[in-house]
Amino acid sequence: MRTSECDLVIVGVGGQGVILISDVIGRAAVMAGKPVCGAETHGMAQRGGSVINHTRIGCRFSPMVASGGADVLVALEPAEALRFAHFLSPTGVALVNTRPVLPSTVTCGRAEYPLLQEILAPLKARCGKLIAMDATALAEKAGIAVAMNVVMLGALAGHIPLSEELILQALSLVVPPKFLEANKKAFALGKAEVE
Amino acid sequence: MREYLLGNAAIARGLLEAGVGVVAGYPGTPSSEIIETMVDLKSERPLHVEWSVNEKVALEVAAGASWTGRRAAATMKHVGLNVAADPFMTLAYLGVGAGLLLICADDPYCHSSQNEQDSRRYAQFAGIPCLDPKNPGEAKEMAVFAFELSEKFNIPVMLRPTTRVSHARADVEIGQAAAPPRPGRFIKNPARRVALPSHARLLHSELLAKQAAMEEALESAPWNNLALHGDVGIIASGIAGLYAKEAIFELDEDLSFLCIGAYPLPKKLISRMLEHVSRVMIIEELEPVVEEQVQILARIVNPNAEILGKEGFIPREGELDYLLVRNAIARMLGKAERVAAESAAVSILPPRPPSLCAGCSHRATYYAMRKVFGKNAIYPSDIGCYTMAVGMGTVDTCLCMGASITLASGIRFGGEKEGICCSLGDSTFLHGGMTGLLNAAYNKARITVTILDNSTTAMTGHQPHPGTGMTATGEATTQVSIEALARALGAGLVETVDPYHLDETLESFQRAKDYPGLSVIIARQPCVIKARRSNARPKSFLVGEECIGCKICLDFGCPAIEFEKDKARINALCTGCGVCAAICSASAIREVAR
Repeated sequence: MRTSECDLVIVGVGGQGVILISDVIGRAAVMAGKPVCGAETHGMAQRGGSVINHTRIGCRFSPMVASGGADVLVALEPAEALRFAHFLSPTGVALVNTRPVLPSTVTCGRAEYPLLQEILAPLKARCGKLIAMDATALAEKAGIAVAMNVVMLGALAGHIPLSEELILQALSLVVPPKFLEANKKAFALGKAEVE
Repeated sequence: MREYLLGNAAIARGLLEAGVGVVAGYPGTPSSEIIETMVDLKSERPLHVEWSVNEKVALEVAAGASWTGRRAAATMKHVGLNVAADPFMTLAYLGVGAGLLLICADDPYCHSSQNEQDSRRYAQFAGIPCLDPKNPGEAKEMAVFAFELSEKFNIPVMLRPTTRVSHARADVEIGQAAAPPRPGRFIKNPARRVALPSHARLLHSELLAKQAAMEEALESAPWNNLALHGDVGIIASGIAGLYAKEAIFELDEDLSFLCIGAYPLPKKLISRMLEHVSRVMIIEELEPVVEEQVQILARIVNPNAEILGKEGFIPREGELDYLLVRNAIARMLGKAERVAAESAAVSILPPRPPSLCAGCSHRATYYAMRKVFGKNAIYPSDIGCYTMAVGMGTVDTCLCMGASITLASGIRFGGEKEGICCSLGDSTFLHGGMTGLLNAAYNKARITVTILDNSTTAMTGHQPHPGTGMTATGEATTQVSIEALARALGAGLVETVDPYHLDETLESFQRAKDYPGLSVIIARQPCVIKARRSNARPKSFLVGEECIGCKICLDFGCPAIEFEKDKARINALCTGCGVCAAICSASAIREVAR
């Protein structure tokens, strides 16, 4: 028996804007009158470490998605997608930004960053659908490189039980007004990429 | 109206709606956002909100306000209550004026802490009520209820969210801020405000006598819920109640269920559960607080009841999660457990540990410290961002706030002959390091104390402190001089350096090492995260053709330095501190005009 309408796990690296995606979805769900809950990482994990956020739409239970239970895994960084792939349900969708952020263990030569294909192949094998895109390039195209997370939000919009109108309305509440148009453009580019 | 709120923001809303007059706290994950939200909410209702110097101070400030007739709250993380334990234990005797709430955020699994102590034990120890929320909405309602409870029983009340409540988000109902209160007045009452032995003896009896009445009142608290169904039962507390509820729903079983959110424990509800069932599982994070009580009651009510819990089903360490709870219940029922999905090919993934930022001045200070004191020296350290530098060989201990200086003293008095250079941050020094420095001076400890002064409380999110000249609400205030403090506390040699200037830092450390007494080095450079936010244009550096690939800069460990085709390269993370240029053996790193 399902205990939520839609379970999301959003992952990335500290500073990439994982929490903004969850905040927009949470606000949009509240506008839609749906119960919503989530859990996020603060503190130690923010110093360049891995960041994971759980968001459950239409849920009145615990704020964390169970292992193997995520309907969508949104990864702002490819290695992080694989690191948290165990959250994906076998029928789930993996939505991955393909632009790597090299951890300090790689830049200082203590570890190697795998090839993109080595990341995507095992990911594809364990989910229903894999969507990979260079969201960072799309954000640059929108003229606002830091809005890579909003590109991913646009790509995610069609996979969650919330209307695009509400998501955009929630987005306008969390981004500064002078960057709203650029963010909407980033959203549209992400959405177009999965259509 | 409903809003999507962080648990800590929901708690702050609750304080506002309950008409709190004074809120004081010391930053600590996962509790910090309560005060930060309170600062944002201050415009809705006049109140005093402060970052206190430490948790003991915060609780005492809150107690003073409560005795002056204003509802007051103190916020801290679980280990902060150890610091505040002295006023905490005796406040339970003395009682309150207006309601007094202690918000103590626990951190099962040590997401951001040095231990995972269970504060419900503390509440039990002091003999005060404890409210244990399972989600942000409940935490907010409890914050309001706690003041009424505190006033009704003349006792401080603890609200104990865990990381998964403080840092959860949920849709929460928002109400109105309470009307502004009249100014408070302190009413003199030595029998209840002066803990003389003759008073304390009477107050202790009074405290013990309150327990039964508090328990009776909390039996019907909205967070203690009993639903009797089948003859197998679940008793769960706090967030474990949410996992259990979800599991019972998913497994579609007709189980009896007692969800507990308020302590002292509801003995009548537990007894009714025990009378009804033949088998019961107790599910709670960390300590078996509920389970022990159930064991005691079962001897009287139903000695044949099978009681399951910490023994073999529910771990006593770490945090619980849905699957763990679901599987424990399934195992009790003889149903199939759901195997957790295996991690994917993570062996090919590079680790991504949190680390000091590119350009962090702590790295430069530690580099110079290690170069002067050498590998045989002892380096007691402390609690802050700099603990992440454990790989640099300059973090030999981390115990609790301020313990670097006192451990260093003890190591010296224990007979250690090597150099001893300890380190702690500015906020940590002001929180718990000053008494240790005074003690080191008084008792003639020959050590070097390094204050890593980045002019903020960085690890917990850049809160101000007395050395910053700014209060929690952003008002200008007295800026305390750490140099003057160190001298006043008795340090013989006190020098301030800019760690970005490697030569002067090395020279200072050398003088400190040679000094025949207590020396203090203040390594001052603002936190790079704050500097970046202030939009100061950084200098630019590049690695020239002269690079010989010696990797000295790479070993320095700055994330802005990469290695490519046998040569170092500076990437976009560079903040322009220039320390790598100073350590380069081939003088290949140089500043470029921009």
